[in-house]
Amino acid sequence: MLNSTGFPILSTLIFLPVAGAALLLVMQRSRETLIKWIALAVSLLDFFISIPLFTGFDKTTHLMQFVERHAWIPAWNVNYALGLDGISILFVLLSTIVIVLSVLISWNSIKTKTKEFYIAVLLMEGAMIGVFCALDFFLFYIFWEAMLIPMYLLIGVWGGPNRVYAAVKFFLYTLVGSVLMLVGIIVLYFYSGKTFDIVKLSTMSYPYHMQFWLFWAFFAAFAVKVPMFPVHTWLPDAHTEAPTAGSVILAAVLIKMGAYGFLRFSLPILPDASRAMTPVMMTLSVIAIIYGGVICLAQTDMKRLIAYSSVSHMGFVTLGIFALNIQGMEGGILQMINHGVVTGALFLSVGVIYERTHTRQIADYGGVASVMPVFASIFIVFTLASIGFPSTNGFVGEFLIILGGFTANHWAGVFAATGVIIGAGYMLWLYQRVFFMETNEKVSGLADINGRELLTLVPMIILVFWIGVHPDTFLGFMHESVHHLLERVNTGGLAGAKVARNVVEIMK
Amino acid sequence: MAVLALLVLLSDLVIRRKETIGLFTMICVAIVTYSLAGSFGVTFKGMFIADGYSLFFKLIFLLNVVLTVLISVRYIEIEKVNLGEYYALLLFATLGMMVMASAGDLIVLYVGLELMALSTYILAGFMRHDLKSNEAAMKYFLLGAFASAFLLYGASMVYGLTGTTNLKGISSYIVQHGLTGNPALTLAMMLLAVAFLFKIAAVPFHMWAPDAYEGAPTSITAFMSVGPKAAGFAVLGRVFLTAFGSLRVEWSVVLIPIAILTMAVGNIVAISQTNIKRMLAYSSIAHVGYILLGIIAGTHDGLASVMNYLVIYAFMNIGAFAVIIMLRTEGFKGDNISDYEGLSKTHPLAAAMMLVFMFSLTGIPPTAGFMGKFYLFMSAINAGYTWVVIIAVLFSAISAYFYLRVVMFMYMREPKETVELAKSPALGLALGVTVTAVIFIGVLPSAFINFARVAIAGF
Repeated sequence: MLNSTGFPILSTLIFLPVAGAALLLVMQRSRETLIKWIALAVSLLDFFISIPLFTGFDKTTHLMQFVERHAWIPAWNVNYALGLDGISILFVLLSTIVIVLSVLISWNSIKTKTKEFYIAVLLMEGAMIGVFCALDFFLFYIFWEAMLIPMYLLIGVWGGPNRVYAAVKFFLYTLVGSVLMLVGIIVLYFYSGKTFDIVKLSTMSYPYHMQFWLFWAFFAAFAVKVPMFPVHTWLPDAHTEAPTAGSVILAAVLIKMGAYGFLRFSLPILPDASRAMTPVMMTLSVIAIIYGGVICLAQTDMKRLIAYSSVSHMGFVTLGIFALNIQGMEGGILQMINHGVVTGALFLSVGVIYERTHTRQIADYGGVASVMPVFASIFIVFTLASIGFPSTNGFVGEFLIILGGFTANHWAGVFAATGVIIGAGYMLWLYQRVFFMETNEKVSGLADINGRELLTLVPMIILVFWIGVHPDTFLGFMHESVHHLLERVNTGGLAGAKVARNVVEIMK
Repeated sequence: MAVLALLVLLSDLVIRRKETIGLFTMICVAIVTYSLAGSFGVTFKGMFIADGYSLFFKLIFLLNVVLTVLISVRYIEIEKVNLGEYYALLLFATLGMMVMASAGDLIVLYVGLELMALSTYILAGFMRHDLKSNEAAMKYFLLGAFASAFLLYGASMVYGLTGTTNLKGISSYIVQHGLTGNPALTLAMMLLAVAFLFKIAAVPFHMWAPDAYEGAPTSITAFMSVGPKAAGFAVLGRVFLTAFGSLRVEWSVVLIPIAILTMAVGNIVAISQTNIKRMLAYSSIAHVGYILLGIIAGTHDGLASVMNYLVIYAFMNIGAFAVIIMLRTEGFKGDNISDYEGLSKTHPLAAAMMLVFMFSLTGIPPTAGFMGKFYLFMSAINAGYTWVVIIAVLFSAISAYFYLRVVMFMYMREPKETVELAKSPALGLALGVTVTAVIFIGVLPSAFINFARVAIAGF
């Protein structure tokens, strides 16, 4: 079965990078420049292919679009099924952009095993897009896990001094979570009459006690990925030690998959358990917001600070999602995109400066603004966006989330707002210590940002203001899907929804 | 019959003793494979059964022996044990396994098991000048003899109780005479279980495995870790599901703790190993634990998943051993994990293949190992053993640590000394086949799953 475009666009998006990686595999490793250009070309091509998704998307329906479906393992009723709805489409676009930027930013900083590096990045791209497109739980799991291999290598081979520890920690944390989800998937499969079809699974109803256990099984996988409060400890290490491209991919796309998992699986498949667990999830989110923020204040390493700020920002996201109202959820999804753009950009910026000084310690910097004025003005844009300054994208997302959180629970809203203040505190303080104050001798004489680096940051700046000034371009994609999802969650499935609709009609 | 063809060709082999014997062995295997397709049915009054189930296992054994021969050719030259008997013994062992898979009677089963066991004892000690190899053979032999005694003891008790050694006969006698709760029968069943569990190296009958695996020639370790194990599972499945099918409750109570213990010991002890052969020995113990889940499930799907996993395991494990063998050159042992430091820099292709095998053994998609494990877990959950599966997946996450350690050494450390590789066309072919199979089954597992299901249909 093919989609409306008459062309397997999603499969192309997934397998073009894989094919690119295969091409690189057979190339001679000495031809580094050619390898880089091929990697760039493949990622750019993938990005251009993804643009028709953006323009051709039908915003008036919650149904899956660009659907492809083929039988894959008939014995288990596993299908190769892909499709996009308003929740997933933006992430696909984000992934394709981020990979292009990651390739660009690594142009000179990756000096060893260049060939393998670009193979890993391209494989990563294929798996990431696959995660967001999969409409079959089994297929989803394949991509979800397959992603671990290139990421593990990215951190472990090209990372910082403590890279091996960080890579193993990342791998084991995510694997333990994922395998528990796997058990949940299999249990669900047998209960639902042997199907892995996500759309079908999200229309059935399951007894509460089963939903409860499945919710926690899924939680194990998704919460680790987000990462939510008690299981976030892999993130600072992984982010800090990963090479710039790795940090960017991690921050911009990878950790979104956890929240995406909640939206795609936990909420629609297990609506009753999700509703019942809302207090727990909101509490954990608020703890993450405050705790992540406070820890940022104590960081002396730039990358580590931004990593912990991710914990805080992702707390906002999960808070928005589990507010279970339209503002919160749309804010949550938008905030994921925002966080991808802003934190991705912050890591790119840190990468720019790290390449020059080879230190991440905040104390080694100071007065960078006078040496690199262009860079400083770009950095302030991302700093303000991260804080949630009005007219930047961060403001829209955080505003919607706090609004949603406040509607769901006053205290959650109050604490989340406090988190914004802490956020302003640590980000501005970071900016002050790095860019203002006395010029540190270590940074004197640094060259300002060059054309290639500027090229990687400009798209992010455009996105920051585009989402900030006209968020409806992006929110418009998700209205229908979010409505549909909330209807499912808040009425406990299709049967419940019908009953509710009947009641409404009788009352009229 | 298939067996006869093999026997005739074997006698030739022993006489000729040439370099080309390896090739000749392959031809033997090809002939046997060809004749297998046509040999279906039951002979000797039900003592020998050639059905889909046995056919499937036979193909595993043949695959095993072919891959073993391919990886041996150069290796036994380096180890200076290039003798014709080597190949002959491989074939005898395989013959024993095939008899086991087809056994419909405890006596035939015993004959097959002994043929297999005696051949592998000799093979384990094939490096006569190496003390470790001798130790391996000795340990394997002594403990194996015990296991055989257990088997005979159990079989005689079963005969005493039911008056027959035919598996189907035993089953119908138990049902007709209501022997299900009989303590003597339970004891007899346990004795048989001990013998089989010894062959598959399940905890607490695994003591021989690490020493035997470490000491034996690497090619034989690869052979032992797949063949006898698959044969053990073949008889375990056949005997427990046919003869003692009505006692499922009794034996699953015993097998569940054994499976959990096996996974625990295998995975946890593997973490602290420094010798890669030893590590893979413990890893293979752990894999036995996973495979037992399929037997515990006790369903057709369970058995099919066991068979499917054994095929996959044959590919990935022999593949891993092939890389290990490649590192063995004259004057360099190459079986310490630290020997793999920086391999990705000196030999990127070998390192990449090892990477695939390690991830497959961990069970990370898109490799075959994941599909195999998934099927096992699925059938166990379907049979209602969700909690056992939860334990299994957690142990499988633990196992990631030691498999990844090899990857870490290869990719994240700098090479200390230049490691030469002992390459040969045969070895290259074996690696090519295994790595392709691991990725192919990982992406398109359908054909193998269906084959296993069809094979089991008439069981």
